[in-house]
Amino acid sequence: MINGAEIIVKCLQKENTEVVFGYPGAAVLPLYNALTQSDIKNILVRFEQNAGHAASGYARISGKPGVCIATSGPGATNLITAIACAYMDSIPLVAITGQVRSDLLGRDVFQEVDITGACEPFTKHSYICMDTAQLPKIIKQAFHIASTGRKGPVLIDIPVDIQENELEDFCYEEKVEIAGYKPSVNGHLRQIKNAVLALEQAQRPVICAGGGAISSGAGDLIRTISLACDIPVVTTMMGQSLMCNKDENYLGMLGNCGKKAANTAIKNADVIMICGGRVGDRAVAAPDQVSKQATIIHIDVDPAEIGKNLTTKIPIVGDLNCVLTAITEQMPKVKHTKWLEQCKAQVTQTEYDEKDKGFVDPKLFINKLTSALEDNAVIVADVGQNQIWAADNSVFKCGTRFLTSGGLGAMGYSVPAAIGAKIADNSRQVVAICGDGAFQMQMMELSTVVKTNSDIKIIIMNNQCLGMVYELQPQNSEFTKLSCNPDFTALAKAYGINAKSITENSQIDAAIQWLMNTDGAAVLECAVDPTETSMGERE
Amino acid sequence: MAEKKHTITVLVENHAGVLSKVSGLFSRRGFNIDSLAVGQTENPLLSRITIVATGDEYTTQQIEKQLNKMIPVIKVKVLKSGSYVSRMLTLFKVSFAPSRRAELLQLADMMGAKIADAGEDCAVIELCDTYEKTMAFEDLLKPYGLREVARTGSVAIEKAKLN
Repeated sequence: MINGAEIIVKCLQKENTEVVFGYPGAAVLPLYNALTQSDIKNILVRFEQNAGHAASGYARISGKPGVCIATSGPGATNLITAIACAYMDSIPLVAITGQVRSDLLGRDVFQEVDITGACEPFTKHSYICMDTAQLPKIIKQAFHIASTGRKGPVLIDIPVDIQENELEDFCYEEKVEIAGYKPSVNGHLRQIKNAVLALEQAQRPVICAGGGAISSGAGDLIRTISLACDIPVVTTMMGQSLMCNKDENYLGMLGNCGKKAANTAIKNADVIMICGGRVGDRAVAAPDQVSKQATIIHIDVDPAEIGKNLTTKIPIVGDLNCVLTAITEQMPKVKHTKWLEQCKAQVTQTEYDEKDKGFVDPKLFINKLTSALEDNAVIVADVGQNQIWAADNSVFKCGTRFLTSGGLGAMGYSVPAAIGAKIADNSRQVVAICGDGAFQMQMMELSTVVKTNSDIKIIIMNNQCLGMVYELQPQNSEFTKLSCNPDFTALAKAYGINAKSITENSQIDAAIQWLMNTDGAAVLECAVDPTETSMGERE
Repeated sequence: MAEKKHTITVLVENHAGVLSKVSGLFSRRGFNIDSLAVGQTENPLLSRITIVATGDEYTTQQIEKQLNKMIPVIKVKVLKSGSYVSRMLTLFKVSFAPSRRAELLQLADMMGAKIADAGEDCAVIELCDTYEKTMAFEDLLKPYGLREVARTGSVAIEKAKLN
């Protein structure tokens, strides 16, 4: 005999799940019983939301769906932000929540909440399993849905009695067949031809790459097309680190916090090929303007994204890898060298002022820190000014990964996501960059950092205020002051983590050296000027 | 862009919760539903939802794409005007004063409506017809003392194709 919980664990193993991030509770006791008897590593976080964010960081580095577990009621509702975050950024997650006994559902018993209903708007799909025999099929489908097409979070809600019920045996099918789910892969041949034609006829083409280009691993194909035809490349926030600083045709990130060269190129382009981007408002503030002056080629695996925010002339639904491969096979035979040179002439090298002025310049610091990192390091940026500073000033080497909560903009993402990233690949350097506001939404995870021996370096940009809000609303600075901040280095040390604080630009080099030489986790606090802004370059 | 009424037929898995997923999509994306009707199809595993929604071309396209994205949704079709038959069922409770009974019965007969129930002072008239005819009938009934109306959403099915 085998019970539901053991079936869940066996199914997870069939899906090559090596680690789960979670927080136990009454409605997942059977599942945790089964988990502790398996070889699946269980990472106990300190807050359920961070189980979801850690699973997200894990998924982004491992390429496999991240699995997170929470109990019913508050455990499940605490997961919500992480699920919404993964949905907005198309990160494959399988979230498992315990539920009250199936015969008590709907009676508002202790710790009962309709979590599938609550998460409906921001899960790719959700299940509530009412029959133990259905578990294998549901889990198989959940992993399939989470990790194919446009990736995203899938929620499985499992009443505790369904975990306890016993079956003679179970069978895990290798194949999965879902009538209403057949993501397109190859792209329409005629539209691919049209795209090639449009790139040939263009005078001023630009490639704009988003998060989809990273998740489908299409960086090299984009590079190939860009180099063969002399087409400049810009990226969105989610597309950051797809191109590295050495890529000569790369103009930088676009958008209101982005680079002048990238925005100017988009403004002047006559053909824009969007690769796995959803044309969010932060990237393109006035999409109508853009589609008026340029022919839009939009390649996306999700047909609903094409034409949603930007009128598209040439829509191509399919996996970027397949579509871009097809484009390279009939490579446009025109080079746009003059236009490319014009675009590149707009690229400016940021000048940093290294003089001491009583604060650490966050832009200078990030530039120096990321220069010192290994080629395949993982940079996790939180949300707020620190995110913009990190996105704009990081040095991306070939192999660097930049992770952030791009769509939802969830403060508190960086430390748990960094833990997940480190667990996914212990050989890569991982740094988390956050502000003093965001850090206090996740500082409980320092325990998890210690418990998991995660060698992650955490940078706290401490400007004693909610810098981004202050920047937007300086007249109400009373709301944004974080005047009762703790001593962050003492706090880190209380957890047994090495910590240091710096206040001047002249201390940066030594501090980075210290970070790189410290074995295991370390926290570095940088005192930042509260009036420092995050504004990108102006056109 | 011009707003128009569109009839959309959606074939879905016949599960608990699917209807709320579909209707939730409309509210959270700001699409307006004029009417909605749902019932099992010839295959007990499938249900058909017929939605009448008002919107311009962009909205209709978005509705179609967003519905298609939902896993329990198997097929979505925005029906072209003239290509389908649609009906809604309406029950009208009207005053049934003896002096006007003959007139009312004649009106009902003319519109293809039936008397479902009749009492001393009121009657229930049922009509199964298109939205337009139903609204016209309702207007005709008003002078007789319309007390209550209960109506289903429209259901629609495509016409046989002519070769």
